[in-house]
Amino acid sequence: MMRFLLLFSRQGKLRLQKWFTPITEREKKKIIRDMTTLVLARQPRSCNFLQWKDLKIIYKRYASLYFCLAVENQENELLALEVIHRYVELLDKYFGNVCELDIIFNFEKAYFILDEFLMGGEIQETSKQMVNRSIEASDMLQEVRCTGTNAHPDLNHTRSIVISHVVFICLFAGVGILKRLGFWCFTKQ
Amino acid sequence: MPAPIRLRELIRTIRTARTQAEEREMIQKECAAIRSSFREEDNTYRCRNVAKLLYMHMLGYPAHFGQLECLKLIASQKFTDKRIGYLGAMLLLDERQDVHLLMTNCIKNDLNHSTQYVQGLALCTLGCMGSSEMCRDLAGEVEKLLKTSNSYLRKKAALCAVHVIRKVPELMEMFLPATKNLLSEKNHGVLHTSVVLLTEMCERSPDMLAHFRKLVPQLVRILKNLIMSGYSPEHDVSGISDPFLQVRILRLLRILGKGDDDSSEAMNDILAQVATNTETSKNVGNAILYETVLTIMDIKSESGLRVLAINILGRFLLNNDKNIRYVALTSLLKTVQTDHNAVQRHRSTIVDCLKDLDVSIKRRAMELSFALVNGNNIRGMMKELLYFLDSCDPEFKADCASGVFLAAEKYAPSKRWHIDTIMRVLTTAGSYVRDDSVPNLIQLITNSVEMHAYTVQRLYKALLDDISQQPLVQVASWCIGEYGDLLISGQCEEEEPIQVTEDEVLDVLEGLLVSNLSSPVTRGYSLTAIMKLSTRFSSVNRIKKVVSIYGSSIDVELQQRAVEYNALFKKYDHMRPALLERMPIMEKTASNGPTEIVQTNGEAEPSVVEPKHPPPVGQPASQGNDLLDLLGGNDVPVIPTTMPTKPASAGGELLDLLGDLSLGLSLMAFYLFDLSKTVNFLSIGIPPMTAYNKNGLKIDFTFERANPNPNVAVITIHASNSTEADMTDFVFQAAVPKTFQLQLLSPSSNVVPALNQGTVTQVIRVLNQQKQQLRMRIKLTYIHKGSAVQDLAEVNNFPPQSWQ
Repeated sequence: MMRFLLLFSRQGKLRLQKWFTPITEREKKKIIRDMTTLVLARQPRSCNFLQWKDLKIIYKRYASLYFCLAVENQENELLALEVIHRYVELLDKYFGNVCELDIIFNFEKAYFILDEFLMGGEIQETSKQMVNRSIEASDMLQEVRCTGTNAHPDLNHTRSIVISHVVFICLFAGVGILKRLGFWCFTKQ
Repeated sequence: MPAPIRLRELIRTIRTARTQAEEREMIQKECAAIRSSFREEDNTYRCRNVAKLLYMHMLGYPAHFGQLECLKLIASQKFTDKRIGYLGAMLLLDERQDVHLLMTNCIKNDLNHSTQYVQGLALCTLGCMGSSEMCRDLAGEVEKLLKTSNSYLRKKAALCAVHVIRKVPELMEMFLPATKNLLSEKNHGVLHTSVVLLTEMCERSPDMLAHFRKLVPQLVRILKNLIMSGYSPEHDVSGISDPFLQVRILRLLRILGKGDDDSSEAMNDILAQVATNTETSKNVGNAILYETVLTIMDIKSESGLRVLAINILGRFLLNNDKNIRYVALTSLLKTVQTDHNAVQRHRSTIVDCLKDLDVSIKRRAMELSFALVNGNNIRGMMKELLYFLDSCDPEFKADCASGVFLAAEKYAPSKRWHIDTIMRVLTTAGSYVRDDSVPNLIQLITNSVEMHAYTVQRLYKALLDDISQQPLVQVASWCIGEYGDLLISGQCEEEEPIQVTEDEVLDVLEGLLVSNLSSPVTRGYSLTAIMKLSTRFSSVNRIKKVVSIYGSSIDVELQQRAVEYNALFKKYDHMRPALLERMPIMEKTASNGPTEIVQTNGEAEPSVVEPKHPPPVGQPASQGNDLLDLLGGNDVPVIPTTMPTKPASAGGELLDLLGDLSLGLSLMAFYLFDLSKTVNFLSIGIPPMTAYNKNGLKIDFTFERANPNPNVAVITIHASNSTEADMTDFVFQAAVPKTFQLQLLSPSSNVVPALNQGTVTQVIRVLNQQKQQLRMRIKLTYIHKGSAVQDLAEVNNFPPQSWQ
């Protein structure tokens, strides 16, 4: 089974933490510290697997985010890479060209998606469409906005993109602003 | 009270903070606002507040005051509230918290909710972090949901059941009926989670395993459909249909096929098919191949299939992708024990991986290389490994050095090669060598008698170059102390002898004493070496001076030694030559590992070669006294200081000393293996004899020659009791004439059961260097039918072969 999944930025700031076994807060903090140190110290072209205590650590970098998954020793590491990739694809489909800011501002959605994909350290659903459908249906059930985040993040997202692009165009007319559009795109590594 | 700010705003505000202090201030302000909002029992904004709290929790700030609010959210009717509430529960309310159990009722209600997504939330929370009490309470509900036709709920219920079984294994039986038709589902989500559930059950209970073996044909069919079916957009990953499910099925097949011929037979075809047909251009395909290889190696597959599997791993080794190479090395390490020859074929590729830049790959390649070393390839492999030792990172050096020593000991083609290899390791990675290898090396050097001159010369030259590596310096100074005379006389045959004078040698040793690079242990070695040279060199005065200087050294250990050596010069000069004589060959005797010495002259280096663990407290002293009383004390020596210890516990103590260094363990395993060789007897034609037979107690002796020293006879006594009552507190003691040496190991027990139902065995080792006729006196004490019995006997009827 999987033991935990961590997402953190290049500076080591935590963006998501999912624990599949009961651990004390102190232990969690220690593990987070260890993981960020270990993973961030790795050379760029090295292999994506580490041995840490009695667990295998599989990590992958997507743009500015590190996805770090810890599994037990009998698990298949290559498949774990696929699990991470599947989660990224799910996020990408939901947010539309997801980037780190999406996960920061909509962290609860990232958790909801994760909870439809994995459960208790195992994969719950192997079909991308099924997961997406469940999330959309759940979102529909949500009543009037209460958390201050929109139930339709795509709408919100595109709206904000359009606004910010208009702003940029006005401010930086004549400078190669089209390059800016690339900034919002999510690049896979 | 104004409406609490939205989550988005809070996040934006906090991100504008430029310093940690600023951030902390903002968070504290917001926490205070949230706390007062909670106090007001505000239902409308509770959801928003808890979401903000969860964000702050992720940044690392305490959020425990939100735990009860999460519970209130879960109990709310609104879906949004429930969603955030359950999320908060999963983040803040693990089973260590007191309020954890309060969730049980809410979850129970939600498990029966009309909306499937609410049920889903409840199942998810229970399945991620439910405690054992909660699992016990709610297992019935989960089992009910496992039988529902709603596939969304069924898959969640299956994983929830897995969690319940992990927490409360006794409840496994409860889920058995529901598993009946799980595999006939079409929905992949349910199929996948069902396979996980079945795997969990089979791993935990052999009965379940036997029960589920009948599912093998069905699993094979499902796997076949997955492979043969055309493109399915819903489950496709780079051209492969549902790889997650495929891997899971392969894993279950592995568990079901292990150790069972019929099941393995049924899977052979499909495994061959997967192994040959899977597309390997992407990571997905390789993941499936990897799992297939693991399965093939674990079940009772036919040899053709096994060869196919190893070849796949060989191909992986040549792959450009680092991950795949790493995975190949890991699997080969697992299979090297069983399929050694097949893995040997890939040896050159594995050795090449030692030069890889990636740290993880290097480590695996190193472990695998050591596993592949054997008598045939030792020279070539050692060259590569020594080159690796030179160039690798410090984190590898200790393990590599230990591995080299171990391999060299096992497979050294010649003594000279062995010594050269050790020298090479000491000079290149000397400071990383483990401390316990110093005594082992010293023992090795002592035993290769013909190489003494060569060894000491090479060590001397190494010392001249570099005195910073402590293990090297320690071994070198010990050798110079022992064999300094050979060094001076230039007797080396193996290589060009160097011209060294006594003063030069003493200069080097004195240099070690004063150098800042030397550790206290090293200083001790060099002082003792100087002292030993007083009997081998002629410049005794210089040595006397050095020794007396250190009589007032600040280091207590050094001071003590110097004072004692001084005393040797002054008062006991007549004993000095005998005390400082050449060390005898040290035997690797059974009980205490290599440092146990059967000594015939005095000890000059107790600090170097004393056993690493304190001598076990036993009754040997009293035994000795008894025998002295018994035999008049004239022609019998006191049983020497070799205390009887159980071989296993000696190994255990040594194991404790080395902690959990895996290579250290294998070193000890090697010594224990040596031990078992000597303890396991193969009779070499010496007939057993009855030594004593009286009052129902019969003692037989069986003989063996100990490897490697033919002067040592190993006798096992077998004590049996033909009376109707047990003999308890049975103690066997033996004494031999002065020209022999005796060692008594621990008995198997001290109760001799009645009516020949069992025997007590004990091992005696007799060193018979002068090859005289063996005679022994034995003393037996035991309690029989309530009264203590004591008896003496003399054993003279040893067969001639036992002492010739």
